Amino acid sequence: MTMTTAGAAFVLSLVAALVAVYRPFGDHIYRVVAGTRQSRVERGIYRLVGVNPAAEQTWGVYARSVLAFSAVSLLFLYLFQRVQDRLWLSLGFDPVVPHGAWNTAVSFVTNTNWQSYSGESTMGHLVQMAGLAVQNFVSAAVGIAVAVALLRGFARHRTEQLGNFWVDLTRITVRILLPVAVLGALALMIGGVVQNLSAGTDVSTLTGGSQTITGGPVASQEVIKELGTNGGGFYNVNSAHPFENPTAWTNWIEIFLILLIPFSLPRVFGRMVGQNRQGYAIAAVMAILALTSVTLTNVFESTGHGTVPQAVGAALEGKEVRFDVSNSATFAAATTLTSTGAVNSFHDSYTALGGMMPLVNMMLGEVAPGGVGAGLYGLLVLAVVTVFVAGLMVGRTPEYLGKKIGAREIKFAAIYFLITPTLVLIGTAAAFATGNNATALNVGPHGLSEVLYAFTSASNNNGSAFGGITVNTTWWDTALGLCMLLGRFLPIIFVLALAGSLARQQPTPASEGTLPTHRPLFVGMVVGVTVILVALTFLPALALGPLAEGL
Amino acid sequence: MRLPSWLAQHLAALRALLVFTVLLGLLYPLALVAVGRLPGLDGRAAGSLVSADGRTVGSRLIGQSFTDADGNPVPRYFQSRPSAAGDGYDPTATAASNLGPESVVDTIATDPEESTPSLLTQVCARSKAVGALDGVDGGRPFCTPDGVGAVLAVFRADGLTGPVTRAVSVNQTAPATPFLASYQGVPVELAEPGRDYVAEGGIVTPIRGDAPAEPAVPADAVTASGSGLDPHISPAYAELQVDRVARERGADPDAVRRLVAAHTTGRALGFMGEPGVNVLELNLALDREFPAR
Repeated sequence: MTMTTAGAAFVLSLVAALVAVYRPFGDHIYRVVAGTRQSRVERGIYRLVGVNPAAEQTWGVYARSVLAFSAVSLLFLYLFQRVQDRLWLSLGFDPVVPHGAWNTAVSFVTNTNWQSYSGESTMGHLVQMAGLAVQNFVSAAVGIAVAVALLRGFARHRTEQLGNFWVDLTRITVRILLPVAVLGALALMIGGVVQNLSAGTDVSTLTGGSQTITGGPVASQEVIKELGTNGGGFYNVNSAHPFENPTAWTNWIEIFLILLIPFSLPRVFGRMVGQNRQGYAIAAVMAILALTSVTLTNVFESTGHGTVPQAVGAALEGKEVRFDVSNSATFAAATTLTSTGAVNSFHDSYTALGGMMPLVNMMLGEVAPGGVGAGLYGLLVLAVVTVFVAGLMVGRTPEYLGKKIGAREIKFAAIYFLITPTLVLIGTAAAFATGNNATALNVGPHGLSEVLYAFTSASNNNGSAFGGITVNTTWWDTALGLCMLLGRFLPIIFVLALAGSLARQQPTPASEGTLPTHRPLFVGMVVGVTVILVALTFLPALALGPLAEGL
Repeated sequence: MRLPSWLAQHLAALRALLVFTVLLGLLYPLALVAVGRLPGLDGRAAGSLVSADGRTVGSRLIGQSFTDADGNPVPRYFQSRPSAAGDGYDPTATAASNLGPESVVDTIATDPEESTPSLLTQVCARSKAVGALDGVDGGRPFCTPDGVGAVLAVFRADGLTGPVTRAVSVNQTAPATPFLASYQGVPVELAEPGRDYVAEGGIVTPIRGDAPAEPAVPADAVTASGSGLDPHISPAYAELQVDRVARERGADPDAVRRLVAAHTTGRALGFMGEPGVNVLELNLALDREFPAR
């Protein structure tokens, strides 16, 4: 088998696996979020938290619960890092410096997992497993919960009630994330991912040198890092590290885990609104964008344009032998198409166009398929915009799934869309205006790419890094922290407001003038709207960065 | 007394966070640590450590340097890939180079300590060194014969256009010989340390040269991995080293070749990843079967 066929077979096997689990796993998620019977464990959790699982919340209360939980998490994680030297398993590390602790706390609470620190030399095992990994679970559950609240907005009529955040958080964590995490962690451990509490084993190498073999509860964190589309690695080099991702097949599993929930959520959408075909249409939009991107990334990387790749004979700098070019490119596309941000190879050393693809993927707004929950609500907002545009073309009141898209709804959708580009472009401009771009390793177009990548990654809550830029300074930690925070919670507030507004409406029966939202025409229109909005927003910046470098 | 609702909400949030911290932050990982102690999994969960003569020499998943105290390759061992982790294969400082595809101009300061080579020069230098060690031509496209990036700063009469007025080989300093005698009729100069020819208006122009597109030294031998801990090399790079290792150990090259094959992992299920040779395990096997004379 040639490298190209093997690379294509790798992608196709992932597609086949995702198609196979779409219905059963999507149905499972649907039963979890729609069910009302609580298990003993869940009832125990509600009692400890002090909430009544039968009481539903309006969008405002739901949003305040999300914000309260995230605020408490942020504070807790910040303090945890600041006192880590006094805790068990600190490995002798100092407390994390204040700006670093702020950045990391925001990063993990917002499901971004941007890392301005190096795991193996900064964080003790306890902070990793009881601080960071816990947020990997619950920030993912928050994303799914918000998406489910939006789905309830579409599915329900004439009500203020969108569900109970605490119940959603608990059930999603206990019934979806935890069981899959346990199974996935066992598989990874069989592959060689470490799971211990060792502070490291000093060895003397074959030629008499010394080496410290690091330890840590890696498997338990690695699996939820992918499943929850978080991306924060236990070690500095993330999933390129042989202890996080030791073999070609653990690499396959990790990519599968990244895509599992985001690609199954459209099924939940279909089930909730009572028309599975609506879910297929949304899944189709995601699949078209994702497959295009995976293919292009593979083509650009294996073609290997650029001076250094030509000198080397392959774009192999920053890539592992066991993954080689193709499986690295596929991971890069998957991790940036979702808001994961884990890396198994270093995007900064990619070819100019290959390195542009992760950037473009994030600029798509993390909707193809996007992060857990966030991808679905992001894409549904784009679908709302599409319905609105289509309504303008034919001069009818736009409606989606029987809900009128009026002035109020389209305002929420438009503001939602504008938040991230605003943060990205203002942030990048601010870095250059204040001279803070000077910490980038490269100058010229590549230097712009590095800065643009950092802000795009933070504002879209992706967290992947182009590397090659020193970001553990006070300015960078603060600026990127603000982008992550605003890029996560402002959209969530507007999505929940949109959900509240939709749920209040009385359904409009479909008429001849209603645009069918499950046909290929609509799928094509959503793809078009997504691509055009992104192109209009970011093309000038891309032209000065990767396009200038690659052409 | 009834708490204000915002306070009640934050108290619920705090309690929820504590409950989940115990469940997901302690019970879940510690249970998996316990599972990792079970026979069959314990070696892997502990880091796949390997030992020779009763002492632990590393992990089969973590690459290491096979160099002497001065950093020179020990010729009786198969060599690993270049590494950007610390001083090389340091698991406490894992890193990639993060240098881009157009990192082609070295920073040559007057103080050699402050000079930093471009990625292109690193590639060329490694290729030359591997070629010398294993007796093949270390030449590559865009590399000078002395093993730096073949890059000119070209100055033109009207900035970006017009006739060439001056050409500087930016990565070569005295006493080297410019890799090209002249460029479009203008003699090529050597670079002076401390000068930034790009800032002075020179156009960066890499020169491909006439090296074959598939050089004798394989791609993985001249590039640093993502982790800096890559335990594998490509079968091609292993094959390149077979004759040298066999000679150093007085072994039959074909016997060494068989050992290489025994430590080569193919693609998982036939289509995942690329074949790789585990360097540490291979070298351990060599020490057992063909102890150095």
